[in-house]
Amino acid sequence: MAVLLIAEVTGADLALDATAKALSAAKAMGPVTVLVAGAGIAGAAAAAAALDGVTKVLAADDAAYAHGLAEPLADLVVGLAGGFSHIVAPSTASAKNALPRIAALLDVMVLSDVTGVVDADTFERPIYAGNAIQTVKSSDPVKVMTIRTASFEAAGADGSAPVEATASAGDKGLSAWVEDKVAASDRPELTSAKIVVSGGRGVGSEADFALIAGLADKLGAAVGASRAAVDSGFAPNDWQVGQTGKVVAPDLYIACGISGAIQHLAGMKDSKIIVAINKDEEAPIFQVADYGLVADLFDAVPALTQKI
Amino acid sequence: MKVLVPVKRVIDYNVKVRVKADGSGVDLANVKMSMNPFDEIAVEAAIRLKESGAASEIVVVSVGVKQAQETLRTALAMGADRAILVLAADDVHSDIEPLAVAKILAKVVADEAPGLVIAGKQAIDNDMNATGQMLAALLGWGQATFASDVAIADGKATVTREVDGGLQTISVALPAIITADLRLNEPRYASLPNIMKAKKKPLEEKTAADYGVDVTPRLSVVKTAEPAGRSAGIKVASVDELVAKLKDAGAI
Ligand SMILES: Cc1cc2nc3c(=O)[nH]c(=O)nc-3n(C[C@H](O)[C@H](O)[C@H](O)COP(=O)(O)OP(=O)(O)OC[C@H]3O[C@@H](n4cnc5c(N)ncnc54)[C@H](O)[C@@H]3O)c2cc1C
Repeated sequence: MAVLLIAEVTGADLALDATAKALSAAKAMGPVTVLVAGAGIAGAAAAAAALDGVTKVLAADDAAYAHGLAEPLADLVVGLAGGFSHIVAPSTASAKNALPRIAALLDVMVLSDVTGVVDADTFERPIYAGNAIQTVKSSDPVKVMTIRTASFEAAGADGSAPVEATASAGDKGLSAWVEDKVAASDRPELTSAKIVVSGGRGVGSEADFALIAGLADKLGAAVGASRAAVDSGFAPNDWQVGQTGKVVAPDLYIACGISGAIQHLAGMKDSKIIVAINKDEEAPIFQVADYGLVADLFDAVPALTQKI
Repeated sequence: MKVLVPVKRVIDYNVKVRVKADGSGVDLANVKMSMNPFDEIAVEAAIRLKESGAASEIVVVSVGVKQAQETLRTALAMGADRAILVLAADDVHSDIEPLAVAKILAKVVADEAPGLVIAGKQAIDNDMNATGQMLAALLGWGQATFASDVAIADGKATVTREVDGGLQTISVALPAIITADLRLNEPRYASLPNIMKAKKKPLEEKTAADYGVDVTPRLSVVKTAEPAGRSAGIKVASVDELVAKLKDAGAI
């Protein structure tokens, strides 16, 4: 049993939180080698080597991996796969892109969004927007899976594993990077924030999302949104929380002007404390909220921002 | 250019899901079934390519039970030209795994030689988010997943993708696989005349065996359970009370 964990790399940096959480899940399956692929990733490889319980870091430093394109990454991982019983990555957009490709190249199924490791062959994962949790046993020789990071604690960073360079598998040029549109933000990352303040259709406009952001900034929180808010152009796509957006489990989740559709709940119902502010007392969000405030968010959110 | 769009019949997204008492899965008998919402977006994307002249024919394919005919008829009513149903199960409760679906689709692609495959990014039943990527792997094609914008020109697709930090634009050489995200388009409804016309469009029936693909699952279901429930808490009367409760709970 040996596990290959594909580290999440953003730009040239290690995405520490996502990688450290997936590592906690991976350690339950066997000794873990971490693959760091990217361009100019010496620092990222060193950061991965410092994570607790890592046996070895493989660093694939090549322009082919600079933008997370699935095809070259899949070829690299398939070339390294021999000797590993598990190939694991955090459930990020880039891993969801690449892991099924890797699995198919190895002629095995992929397990998406694993939330529990029962044993080396048996895993739990949510289906139907989290309305059911399925336990499945894999008969494949290699288990390829993404790990839902909200379900695991991050591993510590007191380790010192050796870093080994690994050769590039090249790029067949099936796809090419054109540009990234990524907004820089001083706010904490949505998936690792301790507090998330989210706005829905009830916020009404992009300009009024400043109310949500204002409360978030006062709390040192990340900002989230419902699909309706993103579809309406009030908020960028990377703020979407839910079945098909990001899954978060902060200590405190404050939902403002969000009705609580099942697809939204799928992304936040494991939060420790849920607050809902909604003017409709029948809104389904109140069925999962620890503290519900029936109020107009245009009154309640500024007042809350001022009082905390 | 021919465009192939795989579509899946799934529980309607508005239906409240019930886990079967024996833990074998989710109860799908006598519940409303619909086309997977992401696949509707994929069908719509293909129709728009045809309307713009970038595509000439749209073939929709479904792998599953006989009832998936209805799903294919919906796609035909939206504007697809022809349909292929690949029978791979008798029981509505058996979900064909993405790997097996991708293997069947790879054979269909070999027969049909499309210039582009547009799939939904994820099926809202098994939430796997895998079939498009697996098909790309089996065909050795490029992939552009989670698309929110697609432009076709000069033998390439330029695709904007929804990623964790925002948006990424890539270009893929055709033939390629694109998977549709929520904001690619808003699918049209089929009009009544088009629903009538769709009944006369060709729908070919095949079986998984015709393609020589073994659909035996690699993952066996040990059990299916309800998630840990969450009960409603309390209603607070004012912002002051909310602040006090959050302070008491140590949340702020
Ligand atoms: C395939 C698929 C995938 C999906 N994935 C996701 C997903 O990942 N995430 C997601 O969020 N949704 C997702 N959805 C959409 C989901 O079904 C809902 O449509 C969406 O979550 C609704 O967003 P909302 O609550 O902001 O809007 P609405 O349902 O319109 O609710 C708005 C709420 O705001 C309240 N309100 C209005 N004005 C005020 C005010 N002034 N003060 C206080 N309250 C006010 C209203 O009472 C109402 O409850 C998906 C749907 C499909 C079909």
